[in-house]
Amino acid sequence: MIKAILIFNNHGKPRLSKFYQRYSEDTQQQIIRETFHLVSKRDENVCNFLEGGLLIGGSDNKLIYRHYATLYFVFCVDSSESELGILDLIQVFVETLDKCFENVCELDLIFHVDKVHNILAEMVMGGMVLETNMNEIVTQIDAQNKLEKSEAGLAGAPARAVSAVKNMNLPEIPRNINIGDISIKVPNLPTFK
Amino acid sequence: MPAPIRLRELIRTIRTARTQAEEREMIQKECAAIRSSFREEDNTYRCRNVAKLLYMHMLGYPAHFGQLECLKLIASQKFTDKRIGYLGAMLLLDERQDVHLLMTNCIKNDLNHSTQYVQGLALCTLGCMGSSEMCRDLAGEVEKLLKTSNSYLRKKAALCAVHVIRKVPELMEMFLPATKNLLNEKNHGVLHTSVVLLTEMCERSPDMLAHFRKLVPQLVRILKNLIMSGYSPEHDVSGISDPFLQVRILRLLRILGRNDDDSSEAMNDILAQVATNTETSKNVGNAILYETVLTIMDIKSESGLRVLAINILGRFLLNNDKNIRYVALTSLLKTVQTDHNAVQRHRSTIVDCLKDLDVSIKRRAMELSFALVNGNNVRGMMKELLYFLDSCEPEFKADCASGIFLAAEKYAPSKRWHIDTIMRVLTTAGSYVRDDAVPNLIQLITNSVEMHAYTVQRLYKAILGDYSQQPLVQVASWCIGEYGDLLVSGQCEEEEPIQVTEDEVLDILESILISNMSASVTRGYALTAIMKLSTRFTCTVNRIKKVVSIYGSSIDVELQQRAVEYNALFKKYDHMRSNTNPSVTVITIQASNSTELDMTDFVFQAAVPKTFQLQLLSPSSSVIPAFNSGTITQVIKVLNPQKQQLRMRIKLTYNHKGSAMQDLAEVNNFPPQSWQ
Repeated sequence: MIKAILIFNNHGKPRLSKFYQRYSEDTQQQIIRETFHLVSKRDENVCNFLEGGLLIGGSDNKLIYRHYATLYFVFCVDSSESELGILDLIQVFVETLDKCFENVCELDLIFHVDKVHNILAEMVMGGMVLETNMNEIVTQIDAQNKLEKSEAGLAGAPARAVSAVKNMNLPEIPRNINIGDISIKVPNLPTFK
Repeated sequence: MPAPIRLRELIRTIRTARTQAEEREMIQKECAAIRSSFREEDNTYRCRNVAKLLYMHMLGYPAHFGQLECLKLIASQKFTDKRIGYLGAMLLLDERQDVHLLMTNCIKNDLNHSTQYVQGLALCTLGCMGSSEMCRDLAGEVEKLLKTSNSYLRKKAALCAVHVIRKVPELMEMFLPATKNLLNEKNHGVLHTSVVLLTEMCERSPDMLAHFRKLVPQLVRILKNLIMSGYSPEHDVSGISDPFLQVRILRLLRILGRNDDDSSEAMNDILAQVATNTETSKNVGNAILYETVLTIMDIKSESGLRVLAINILGRFLLNNDKNIRYVALTSLLKTVQTDHNAVQRHRSTIVDCLKDLDVSIKRRAMELSFALVNGNNVRGMMKELLYFLDSCEPEFKADCASGIFLAAEKYAPSKRWHIDTIMRVLTTAGSYVRDDAVPNLIQLITNSVEMHAYTVQRLYKAILGDYSQQPLVQVASWCIGEYGDLLVSGQCEEEEPIQVTEDEVLDILESILISNMSASVTRGYALTAIMKLSTRFTCTVNRIKKVVSIYGSSIDVELQQRAVEYNALFKKYDHMRSNTNPSVTVITIQASNSTELDMTDFVFQAAVPKTFQLQLLSPSSSVIPAFNSGTITQVIKVLNPQKQQLRMRIKLTYNHKGSAMQDLAEVNNFPPQSWQ
């Protein structure tokens, strides 16, 4: 069973925290701090498995983590989960986020933490793995987002316009053309007045 | 009132805060705004406000006042509201609040909603935080959804059922009929969660386990299809078809095959197939192999298969990927008891892992190394482990030292080797040795009688240079106290005896006593050792007496008590020291009084024949209390150089009932041993 899924940055600021076992608010924050403390000490070339800290259940539980650029993805699991399997799961999770947010970065997680929760809910439920097929997950998320958008009514008009432009598929225009030593900067498209 | 700000705005604002205090202020301001907005019962913006509240909750700020609002969102008709409402319920609510029960009705309705995503939300929330009461109420709905043809809902219902079973184990029977067709599914998501459900049921109930054994052929078939099916873009992860499902099935097979010959036999072939055909260049392949190995080791597999499994683990040990090495060591640790010989073959690789840079790997390699020590390899292994003890991180030293002591005790090839090993541990990791090891070591040394001189000499040399490592000093002090006579007499056979004087020995013991590096317990050992030497040393007894009396006024209560008691030994019982002059006889008299009144001013006098010399030491008191409630003791020393028969005339004078009394007697019946 997965006890908790935590995402925090290199300074320990939480970007997502989901607990599948009951802990009080204070304990939750302590667990985040303790986990960050344990994981940030690790070298880059050591294995991705750690014994869990005291708060999360000690040596029966393991912390399985992956470090991507500025973010740590930490899954705290008990002995019924396969360590290598969870590593793959983290990979699938990150790839799914990448697909949903288009080249995901930390800012996406910061501003859309509710969406990240929704994606996670399609993958892990009650501490158990629900779905591992990335395309399946993305399809379901898209459908639900569409449902939300259709309810948004007038207030959703600006958002719909933005996503419409995004999906417009404008041809790629290079910003700089280099011909030998001459560098010509292509001017921006004129704005509508 | 202006519209509440969007979540994005809030996040942007909070990110501009430069200090924790500034952030707290912003949060408090926003919380106040949210609270008033809640009070206004505004439906339009409730969703937005709760979303903000959840964000602040993640940062660690209290958000309990939003709990009821989550419920209102769940009850709303809009999907957007429900989504945030259920998320809020999962993050903010738990069984300890009564509020959560109010959700039950909403969830029940939503489980029957026309939109599958709403049903999905309800299943998800119930499966995450449903209490036992909620589970009891809604189990029927979950069971219904377990039989639906909608694969999206079916897979969620399966995991929800697992949660229900965990909360209310008695309901497990209820889900049994629905499990009949679960494995016939084509959808991998449903297959996966079904296997999880079956696994949970088998783990909880031996009856279920027996019942589901008949599924083994079907599981084997599914697994076979997965490996043989060739490329399937839907389920492909790095070239392997749905590794997650493969791992799950392997795990269920393990549970079903355990302790059951028939099932184990049915899965032998497929396990061999997976073990040999799986591509190992990526992590996914290794994850499957790892699970296969664990299954092979756990069921009643044939020996060829077991050897194959251990060899796979051996290959893992040589893998560049640290994660693989880590899991290999973990699994070998689990199998070393049952397949000891097979694991022994990989001993040298395991010992190499002791030199790995990764702390987790080192720890496992250490535990495994200790498990592999036996009578044949003990010398070689100990060399490696002692080297490890020298160079490892402090967090390992205590465990390593204890492990070495245990292994040495079990497999020591000779007493000398044993003592040497102990010495090496004490000098290398002396401060990390556990406290309970000290008495054990002392016991061990006591039993190796022929090694006493060697041991005390080596220990003496060890603490001469450095007496900061407490366990080492404690053991050394004890040995010096016990065998100090051997030390100064230079009797060592095993190695070159050293020249040590009594004073030098006392020097070192006294330094230990005064040093502020010495713990209180260590000082106790040192003081006792000094005291014991008073019977083993001949020239320095006065020095010892002086030292002991100084500590009679030590601040440390433990030391003070010891010193006072030792002082008493010097004073009162000095006569009991071993007699250097064998022709002196020591006689102790005891006088008691059975009358109703005390006898006071009691004086005992004695006279002996001319060839004898008599020495009367002071009596313990001059009053004998009445009714046999106390005695007077007095010691007489008689020098009898000609070994003649001892005779004595004694005179007792005392006051009793107000008058002076006198008693005369002759004693001729001393036992022959006292004067021969």
